[in-house]
Amino acid sequence: MPKDSIKIRMPALGGQGAVTAAHIAATAADTEGYYAVSNPFFGAEKRMAPSESYTRIGTVPIYDRGEVIYPDIIMVYHPQVITMGKSYTMPFYSGIKENGLVLINSDHELVTDSDRKFLESKNVKVLTRDFTKFAVEIAGTELATNMAMLGALFGALGTVSKTAIEEGIKDRFLKKYVASGGTASLDSVIEKKFKKKLDLIKSNLETASAAYDLTADWAKEVGLEPLLDSLVQ
Amino acid sequence: MSIKNMTKEKNWSGQTMVSADHLLFEAPREKHFMTGSEVLKEAMKRCTVDASVSYPITPQSEAAHLIGELWAEGYVGTYFRGENEFGVMSSVAGCAMAGARTVTTTSGPGTLRAMENFPMWSGTRIPCQLVLMARGINSPLTIQPDNLEVSFLLETGCMIWYAENVQELFDMSIAAFIVAEMPDVHVPIITAVDGFFVSHTRESVMLPADDIALFPYNPYKAPLPPIDSEMPPGRFLRDPFVMKSNYISYATHASWQWEVRSAADRSRPYAKHFLKGLVHVTGDLDAEIVFVACGTASHQAKEANRELTKMGIKSKVVKLRTIRPFPHAELLEETKSAKYIFVPEFNIVGWLDKEVTQTLYGKSEAKIIGRPRVAGGMSMPVEAILKEVLENVKKGA
Repeated sequence: MPKDSIKIRMPALGGQGAVTAAHIAATAADTEGYYAVSNPFFGAEKRMAPSESYTRIGTVPIYDRGEVIYPDIIMVYHPQVITMGKSYTMPFYSGIKENGLVLINSDHELVTDSDRKFLESKNVKVLTRDFTKFAVEIAGTELATNMAMLGALFGALGTVSKTAIEEGIKDRFLKKYVASGGTASLDSVIEKKFKKKLDLIKSNLETASAAYDLTADWAKEVGLEPLLDSLVQ
Repeated sequence: MSIKNMTKEKNWSGQTMVSADHLLFEAPREKHFMTGSEVLKEAMKRCTVDASVSYPITPQSEAAHLIGELWAEGYVGTYFRGENEFGVMSSVAGCAMAGARTVTTTSGPGTLRAMENFPMWSGTRIPCQLVLMARGINSPLTIQPDNLEVSFLLETGCMIWYAENVQELFDMSIAAFIVAEMPDVHVPIITAVDGFFVSHTRESVMLPADDIALFPYNPYKAPLPPIDSEMPPGRFLRDPFVMKSNYISYATHASWQWEVRSAADRSRPYAKHFLKGLVHVTGDLDAEIVFVACGTASHQAKEANRELTKMGIKSKVVKLRTIRPFPHAELLEETKSAKYIFVPEFNIVGWLDKEVTQTLYGKSEAKIIGRPRVAGGMSMPVEAILKEVLENVKKGA
């Protein structure tokens, strides 16, 4: 049964853009008309060190703050979250709710048999895909992995439109934005790479959109139950 | 943007000056999506702030940086960085004593480093504002949101308000200046939020347009005149009797301490007006299960209230907006129906639990349970609150 609010945990490595993705996800959901909140996990994050962020989306006001300890959805941005335990919670699916969803960015299967048994007992669906390859093929850079993950999330949810995602992405890259030194320098790297911000946005959108379609199809195929209430029109 | 001469209608940045009532209650608002740090910039932008002093410490650094941008954009009169937090709070005192509407921000260890200044602030009756983004206190080193530091500030004589989320931080930090500057109040104010849970959380917020701002602070309405070449700080710091060991010196000090606390007490009616009540109540008004909380803890309690409602269990949340002065009468009134009072907190000592217990001692039959309590910056999942409630209610039944 879909819920009135869901919590999403995004374990990633520093530099992958999980904080950016969480913020865009919340902005997109807010644009769509949901209540939404995003926040990063707070630490001295650096490249390749664990970094985590969270998005909460609902049809009711969201009061819950901080780390998501009991998530409905977990998005694993990097294989090392699982293979090297680069995560704030172990195992990576710690606290997952019944009927939940796990999206894993990896080019090979990382879920062990015992993990799978546990996740199946909770009716949690798992999608493992090489979203980085996806980003490289479509946007021409692995820095767009977060956009692929973002698209994948909304493809699985099915209740936030691509138009709203576009607004979220534009809001992030066209407005003057407060970011930490590391994020600001990554922004400038990626901006140089694309020369123009609009090209950057376009590539990001294409990546997110393709990933959206992919998971939407997958969700149908595996019979993923809707996780989040639709907005009453 | 260049600083302009003030006119009757416009401040130095060209904003139309309006009353606090207009800014807070009447001006049309539009929806934005931003973090607590970003919203504090928006609030200060609309406050005709004369001076701000900063020093970096996580998690308030972004907010301090953004107020600096306001100075660069011509909205804040002067902005500089202190040598450290002690220097910052001393400089804030200097600015405010000279008659400037002054704001600063700090967190955790910074607050403690600056500690001597806070009772000095209240003793000299300056109406400055500290926006405190609560963070744990070392050691071991932490940057996480733990609000133990608030317990250190409780008896400094400063007013303390606690904002729950991004929206409340915006409205409260504007109202804070107005209430602190009332001639019959005129004590410093600390507007607290939980670091990260508010400072770094992005959510929707309704803001009035940024072409309006508060009228400037008028230091000549102050109970103590601003310093100049003739006037020492607080008007008493140069007088010899305070330096002597005699009855007059004791009496002066004692009566002044009473006066500082009375002054903070006189803020109640103003706070009631501008904050729409010293406490805010949600849930079932006659519930036997009552949560008393402030800041993020009240947010978590509201989440618990919603889950309990789904289980058919009545509860209510009494959110405290002011901690100093403490809303004794409101708390007594709102806990009349209570059989169980839960005080969830983000610190190890349970400073709010102590305040609640002290207030209700001899006046309430309710069982006061100072839990759940998390510390070190841990989150407080709704599941933890529900467990606490269900266990206690089962025991009591």
